[in-house]
Amino acid sequence: MRFEAQALSARRGEDLLFRDISFTLQDGEALVVTGPNGSGKSTLLRVLAGLLPQEEGTVRFADGAEDRPAREACHYLGHRNAMKRELTVEENLSFWAAFMTKEGAAPGMHIDEAAESVGLSGLTHLPFGYLSAGQQRRMAFAKLLVAKRPVWILDEPTAALDVKADAMFAGLCQTHLAEGGMLIAATHQPLGIDNVKALVMKGFEYGE
Amino acid sequence: MMALLLRDLRLSIRAGGGAMIGVLFFMAVVAVIPFGVGPDLNLLSRIGPPILWIGALLASLLGLDRLFQADREDGSLDLMLMQETPLVLTVFVKCLAHWLSHSLPLVIASPLLALFMNMDALSVGATALTLLVGTPAITFIGAAGAAVAVSLPRGGLLVSILVLPLTIPVLIFGAGAAYAATQDPSPFLPPFLYLIALTLIFAVIGPLAAALALRASSD
Repeated sequence: MRFEAQALSARRGEDLLFRDISFTLQDGEALVVTGPNGSGKSTLLRVLAGLLPQEEGTVRFADGAEDRPAREACHYLGHRNAMKRELTVEENLSFWAAFMTKEGAAPGMHIDEAAESVGLSGLTHLPFGYLSAGQQRRMAFAKLLVAKRPVWILDEPTAALDVKADAMFAGLCQTHLAEGGMLIAATHQPLGIDNVKALVMKGFEYGE
Repeated sequence: MMALLLRDLRLSIRAGGGAMIGVLFFMAVVAVIPFGVGPDLNLLSRIGPPILWIGALLASLLGLDRLFQADREDGSLDLMLMQETPLVLTVFVKCLAHWLSHSLPLVIASPLLALFMNMDALSVGATALTLLVGTPAITFIGAAGAAVAVSLPRGGLLVSILVLPLTIPVLIFGAGAAYAATQDPSPFLPPFLYLIALTLIFAVIGPLAAALALRASSD
């Protein structure tokens, strides 16, 4: 599997926010995007996830010889958790598991198992809104586990997490990479993963 | 897709879902008409079907703005945009869930409210039937409006204004058919078939337009 971005540029307002960003990820590789606030990290991730149109360039995902639209191979975890406060954690997770796993594809982790891996087993019967901000974030990670996708795109994944959860999160990422997955994360804190490619965003600063 | 349908239905009956708001509004509108018009039973039974139709139309516009906005606010919409499932299908299923939770109660409540309007059995049946067939069209058109206004924080009224002109044909043929059922010379079937046709057309166009608008509005 290959995830490839070629000569990407994106516009915010009238100006190009970044341009000529290229990288390639193979199985088990991770890319960490860093840079100051407003430098275009989130925009880049949303372009990669197919949620924003790029000005120029291409994003490709190749599985074997076959090309698939990149967004369909990705999990996107943005600033918002994409979970409904009114539904229980279990209802939320089982919905996303059913919605994101296409027919015939290998199912992801069981919900209880996924809750266990994020250290919150036994809370799945509660409405999502009852959980604390950190617990909500952890449950949002559990969402990445219940449906299998080769590429994880994470935007500030460790915001609102305590030190122990940071370690748990690093463990989950390691496992995902060891299984041949790929990971693209925008973050200010080190993720605690070895062997990552780094991309530093500057934002509006590029040679004309 | 079944999962999405069940989820949206569940959400609509949980706290803040607003499935009953439409019915309550519908009841409020229809229940005050007899007091305003006065105790002229003939007049009431004559204007009954159109009043029920107008009430149902306004009530079904009420909750439409939340159709995509709620999902956008918590980030769910992003994930829906990324799936392999065609977005049109996702929108269609969301419309279906919205109709089941917000418009079907109106259809069920309409015979009860018909009593306020002194309508006879045939007229009650015809009105309920036309509402059953016609209200999906309103939901499908509304989806397009809701998708256009998805990023506006207070888009509720805007959605209604955008959608209202498009719902006029539905209202004309719906109320027309319901009215024709009781008035002898005018035939029931032609306007009723037009109503069915409108629903089928909007079932295709609405989700398609909504999907296009959602793709364009993501930021």
